[in-house]
Amino acid sequence: MADETSTPSAPSTSRPEGSGPASSGPGGRPPGGRPGGPGGGGRKFFRRKKVCKFCVEKIDAIHYRDVRLLQQFVAERGKIVPRRLTGVCTTHQRGLARAIKQARNIALLPFAARY
Amino acid sequence: MQRTYEIMFIVRPDILDEDLDKLIAGLEGNITQGGGSIKSMEKLGRRKLAYMVKKFNDGNYVLLTIHADGSLVGEIERRLRVSEPVIKFISVRMDEEEKRVAKIKAIRATRKKLSAQPAAPAPAPAPVEPAAAPAATEAASA
Repeated sequence: MADETSTPSAPSTSRPEGSGPASSGPGGRPPGGRPGGPGGGGRKFFRRKKVCKFCVEKIDAIHYRDVRLLQQFVAERGKIVPRRLTGVCTTHQRGLARAIKQARNIALLPFAARY
Repeated sequence: MQRTYEIMFIVRPDILDEDLDKLIAGLEGNITQGGGSIKSMEKLGRRKLAYMVKKFNDGNYVLLTIHADGSLVGEIERRLRVSEPVIKFISVRMDEEEKRVAKIKAIRATRKKLSAQPAAPAPAPAPVEPAAAPAATEAASA
């Protein structure tokens, strides 16, 4: 949490720290990075602010069928990316998790991606 | 009580097109006979499965949106389970979700009106239209 509310000068140093342990397995995973993408823009203004994609784009229904959308919130190995990395709000994360689990059940998303 | 359900199922990839149509027609017949109605039927086509199911790596996805009783859905699920070409299925109740989305949209619409009125009473009809337009596009995307 300290990373999120860090002072303007901190983000450049706190960012690698925060992402280091989290992405120890899949290094710099792209799905987690994309929703946090606004963070890159935020750094320009000296503040990293993550916003909920669903709130911003006004996506009300998170449906298990749109794999394209769900895939952005699934890590390489098929894990659901935590809210603290993606910036999704609690309400939407709940719906998102449900949709991802439904999609896994019907083989649209993997339970665990094979290597 | 009639509710809206979505039934998605995967048919084995080596099935012939006629057999697939026959299977779907049979299922639709079951639904209508059981007192339900079909809102839409969509063949999503052949897709690669995210993991292996019954030693198949792809499958024909079919999506049925129906209006039916809970007991009828149970019966449909039983039929899907016993029908040999169907390798996987999922049934999801949609009515509550639809209601929730409709509510959110209604709230959003009223909020936009409130913000538009005190600022400028004269061009009030104008902001209403843009408010309606995104709602329509959202409906299309959803």
